[in-house]
Amino acid sequence: MATITLIEAVREAMLEEMRRDSSVFVMGEDVGKRGGVFLATKGFIEEFGSARVLDTPLAEASIAGIAVGSAMHGLRPIAEIQFADFIWPTINQLVGEAARVRYGTKGKLNVPMVVRSPYGGHVRGGLYHSQSVESFFAHTPGLKVVIPATPYDAKGLLKSAIRDDDPVIVLEHKRTYRSVRGEVPDEDYVIPIGSADVKLEGEHATIVTYGLTLHYSLQAAEILAKDGIKIEIIDLRTVRPIDIETIITSVQKTNRVLIVQEDNAAVSVGSEVSALISEHSFESLDAPIMRCTGPEIPAMPFAPTLESVYMPTSEKIETKLRELLSY
Amino acid sequence: MITTVDLPQVGESVTEGVIGKWLVSPGQWVDRYDPIVEVVTDKVSMEIPSPFAGVFIKALVEEGEVVPMGSPICEIEDQNAITQDDEKTPPSKFEFMDSVRSVGPTGSGEGGEGRRDALQESMQPEHQLPHMYQEVASAQDRKKVISPLVAKIAMQNNIDVANLIGSGIGGRVTKKDIEDYISEKEIALGLPNQNEQPETSKIHISAIRRSIADHMSRSASEIPSAWSMVELDVTGLVELRSKLKGQFESENEVPLTFMPFWIQLVCSALKSNPRLNGRWDKDEIVINKRVNLGIAISTDEGLIVPVIHNADDLNIREIAMELNRLIKSAKSGSLALSDVQGGTFTLNNTGALGSIASVPIINHPQSAILTTEAIVKRPVVLTGDVIGVRSIMNMCISFDHRVCDGAEASAFLDEIKSLVENISELTIKI
Repeated sequence: MATITLIEAVREAMLEEMRRDSSVFVMGEDVGKRGGVFLATKGFIEEFGSARVLDTPLAEASIAGIAVGSAMHGLRPIAEIQFADFIWPTINQLVGEAARVRYGTKGKLNVPMVVRSPYGGHVRGGLYHSQSVESFFAHTPGLKVVIPATPYDAKGLLKSAIRDDDPVIVLEHKRTYRSVRGEVPDEDYVIPIGSADVKLEGEHATIVTYGLTLHYSLQAAEILAKDGIKIEIIDLRTVRPIDIETIITSVQKTNRVLIVQEDNAAVSVGSEVSALISEHSFESLDAPIMRCTGPEIPAMPFAPTLESVYMPTSEKIETKLRELLSY
Repeated sequence: MITTVDLPQVGESVTEGVIGKWLVSPGQWVDRYDPIVEVVTDKVSMEIPSPFAGVFIKALVEEGEVVPMGSPICEIEDQNAITQDDEKTPPSKFEFMDSVRSVGPTGSGEGGEGRRDALQESMQPEHQLPHMYQEVASAQDRKKVISPLVAKIAMQNNIDVANLIGSGIGGRVTKKDIEDYISEKEIALGLPNQNEQPETSKIHISAIRRSIADHMSRSASEIPSAWSMVELDVTGLVELRSKLKGQFESENEVPLTFMPFWIQLVCSALKSNPRLNGRWDKDEIVINKRVNLGIAISTDEGLIVPVIHNADDLNIREIAMELNRLIKSAKSGSLALSDVQGGTFTLNNTGALGSIASVPIINHPQSAILTTEAIVKRPVVLTGDVIGVRSIMNMCISFDHRVCDGAEASAFLDEIKSLVENISELTIKI
């Protein structure tokens, strides 16, 4: 079992799937000769040639459109959107088309495509290299959205996404690319889309989170553990569809919930988790469901001090947990 | 694909087993033939191997439960049947290196996250957004705020929350408050309270302990047993053993204890008193033609009775070898099922623990059990009213009074007495 970084896990998943299935190909800005700006496709063009590793113009609408069309004709494209901040031109192709193809053709056509995109902040990326975009896609029936936070999950989920017969948006937090290392099995494996994972077992409160904030949540839980407070941490891994069973099982044990996400709170993944808990497990709650999220401002600020104010850091999560526990 | 695993048939005439310790936990990978659970049958403990490789899903029976052979005991996800949509590798370890920054296309992203003091400032309460529940908390009396969970517990236990003292925000009654209240009420009502220091402690009953308990209860409740004791002069046996011991042990590399001699003498006496080697079976008495002698052995786990099969055919050397093997296996927990099955009569060397008399419980369904007590030197009156020092030992028998009467039991003991008091190299099969 090798220990690799999250970006290496992403690269391995694509490499192995392209070797396994000749209908899989990658396309995007700088994915060819440059090997991707984060080197996710390094060495791909040398192994698979320019027919399966397509360097595209800076035209995200076309990248998505070509992916939808080729997928409808039996290929399995992996379209890379270099930064999630640039994903907006693809909305019509993804939300307006890809999500609806199977539905609109009574199942005659389907779109087995993957869109990969680095998202998220705390990397001094400023307004155009830091945004969280998951809520826009998680809102859309017909799309699946996965957000891995460890190398093991990244590889297993990306493989599942590539093998899925419907469109899957894979969002990778760029701060986790090289800061999270972990064990990945040597043999082929996949992780089912739609299954959350209990990353830490506890009894006094449950954190529901995903992406980079999983790691900040684990740090906060470690601090509270010194006071004998045991926090359970659920890593959603897939934000559409949400694994409500795992959440409810935990809530029925701890009776208190903190939702942690980098994205701002309004109409977000956290909103949905909160609503689901209320619907399915209202009588298990001994405190209001609380949230620790990014603020309601238009974008991640560039100034490092302000960026830290924006981010749900381990200190903020700890404070929030103590508030939740004192209710 | 998840496959149900049944308790395999282990040895003939075994109909049920007691589930011992589960050796694997849910989610754990097991290879084919990896032991998954301990099963105790007829006082032997064995490990059941996994019939195939896969992920152990869950146990279907709990430790200590009695399960008929062939009934389902657990679920294992078959490796070969795993589809590509299933997870087959357990989650792996990972670490987060907080100081590592990924780099954007322009090189931005290197460097720290800004001034630490600014971060600290941002953590001060005045920088935090106001929240609804904080406003709620500032209100004077929050006693009337009842969470859905507390409301449910209050309803189930018929409690008026207004009577409770809350430790939550603004005096709110929390789950812990109402649970504490319920347990205090139970104390007041004299109900058992889990928070109170108990005056007794509890010992978990192991599968083997339960098996012993069942056997003993069954024997005591079903068999009308009677008891008898004789005193034996074993001076001759002690001398004979001393004489043979050195050469025997160097030749055979096993200890020569008194047990092989007793076993041989008992077998001989059972031949003349066959009912004691039989059993009560509703409408008839079954007499066993062979003597399969059970030997009670104390282990860390509890009492085990392995069997020397066809003991009536064996010489002292063969008995000593087999006895040595059974004792070693019993102590290491590696007895085969066949080693503990088929006993027709039981011998228990209670003297090893210093006992001079005991009332043994018959090993159901056998008809009798015999003990050899401690050998002690005593002054005794010999022929011609002379007083001499002799090695004396008591021998006790419990027997099934349905199968035979005191006369036969006494005849049996008398025969052993006669054999041992006239023992010599010529009267035994060495």
